[in-house]
Amino acid sequence: MEAAVGVRHIILVLSGKGGVGKSTISTELALALRHAGKKVGILDVDLCGPSIPRMLRAQGRAVHQCDSGWVPVFVDQEQSISLMSVGFLLESPDEAVVWRGPKKNALIKQFVADVAWGQLDYLVVDTPPGTSDEHMAAVEALRPYSPLGALVVTTPQAVSVGDVRRELTFCRKTGLQVVGVVENMSGFVCPHCAECTNVFSRGGGEVLASLAGVPFLGSVPLDPELTRSLEEGQDFIRDFPKSPAFPALFSIAQKVMSEAPARLS
Amino acid sequence: MEEVPQGCPGTGSAQAGRGASCQGCPNQRLCASGAGAAPDPAIEEIKEKMKTVKHKILVLSGKGGVGKSTFSAHLAHGLAEDENTQVALLDIDICGPSIPKIMGLEGEQFVEDNLGVMSVGFLLSSPDDAVIWRGPKKNGMIKQFLRDVDWGEVDYLIVDTPPGTSDEHLSAVQYLSAAHIDGAVIITTPQEVSLQDVRKEINFCHKVKLPIIGVVENMSVFICPKCKKETQIFPPTTGGAEVMCQDLKIPLLGKVPLDPHIGKSCDKGQSFLMDAPDSPATFAYRSIIQRIQEFCGHHPPKEEHFLSS
Repeated sequence: MEAAVGVRHIILVLSGKGGVGKSTISTELALALRHAGKKVGILDVDLCGPSIPRMLRAQGRAVHQCDSGWVPVFVDQEQSISLMSVGFLLESPDEAVVWRGPKKNALIKQFVADVAWGQLDYLVVDTPPGTSDEHMAAVEALRPYSPLGALVVTTPQAVSVGDVRRELTFCRKTGLQVVGVVENMSGFVCPHCAECTNVFSRGGGEVLASLAGVPFLGSVPLDPELTRSLEEGQDFIRDFPKSPAFPALFSIAQKVMSEAPARLS
Repeated sequence: MEEVPQGCPGTGSAQAGRGASCQGCPNQRLCASGAGAAPDPAIEEIKEKMKTVKHKILVLSGKGGVGKSTFSAHLAHGLAEDENTQVALLDIDICGPSIPKIMGLEGEQFVEDNLGVMSVGFLLSSPDDAVIWRGPKKNGMIKQFLRDVDWGEVDYLIVDTPPGTSDEHLSAVQYLSAAHIDGAVIITTPQEVSLQDVRKEINFCHKVKLPIIGVVENMSVFICPKCKKETQIFPPTTGGAEVMCQDLKIPLLGKVPLDPHIGKSCDKGQSFLMDAPDSPATFAYRSIIQRIQEFCGHHPPKEEHFLSS
């Protein structure tokens, strides 16, 4: 029996655009789900730029094997969040994974079929930017497990929306339901004078959601505390409930949970 | 359980496809047929085509969203302000072609008489069209861009790339290997999550023997338009690009502050350098562009191959 059979709900985090905060949103979603009492796994299929181990202070951890396959790395003592990333398989953190498509596809298939996830409420799958090998491999490998759908992340500016529209087409073509659009880096409140500036332009997330006819899940503002917290592998959801980013992140997690129908195991 | 072949002999090796570590590799049959060993004839064809192109600069980053396309576009704008300089901008981000939007182009290829652009974005009929291609097809498109586009007499060819270290990057370097690339400009933002990926990109450059012109730190500091005070939105928790460049002994070409007008100019497809000539970000860009020109001037093209086959 394949290893992902104990996972109840799978959600992919996608964007056509790089640097919009997919890994950030994936990590924060996992932390928020954990705080709601769920058992969560994170699968990081960004092979060239695996960001998540650092965000959860799990760099340098080793991946062990058991009878059912690779054991994912638990990032906390309670073992409520597990993680698999190519980052764990590299000899050094600066080592570049300079692979062409077929080799990337093979590893992603293994990450889905050969990792012993165990019983999970949610598996959050973080992806690299684009609509190419990694995305096709992930969708194909996850299809037998009927993913809940995709969370699509954009920033407000047109250049981001331009790429993310294509990602929405990818979802449509591959039959992946879009749970909703998240607009990240939505405005910055100056800590000195409280003036809110639209650093990366404005409006893109809602425009995108309405163009594609999918739900708009919310705007997450820029918060340097969030960035710092991720750099240092802290639990942002626990440590910064007063952050301006917190309500949006929490609401996104709630919407994901409300999408998940009750499933018989 | 199989792991991806660690003892891969290399696609050009005599053992390609035949070694013990080749068993189970998806490329095994291709390698065993000898397809990997013969050099692609396109490499010589591209070398010929590139004879009229004086300087070639790749704009790279391991990380997405750090401002590669924004930088490439403004490097092109900056260089083309001298009407005697012919500039070409090639966008090889096949899945996420941002350059047409940033340059304000809807299909036409010339922004100015002396600034031409090529992108897969021009070949798509609708803004929703997704290019869902695997590696080999993307490589084919890149080959076509380099070999079949009539570049003409060009002083600077700027190649904008997608994030990562994969097919597009390998193909660009491979196809241009006989034509001499002046070097790569690597873009980062200050935070460790970016630097982490950028170090990998720097390793990639070393692996393929691509000279590095230097690093640009983008989104360095935010200056509030109201109170003018500075905030670091993307804190350099590990010292930012400055420390990384010192550690790796690579030039830091400059730091560009976060100016909200940059995003607005890009959305409108206009040159930020023209829209906001007095912005500190414009001064930073101009100084960086000058350093790149100096590098290209001091390192004239040589005849030998730069990539070992």
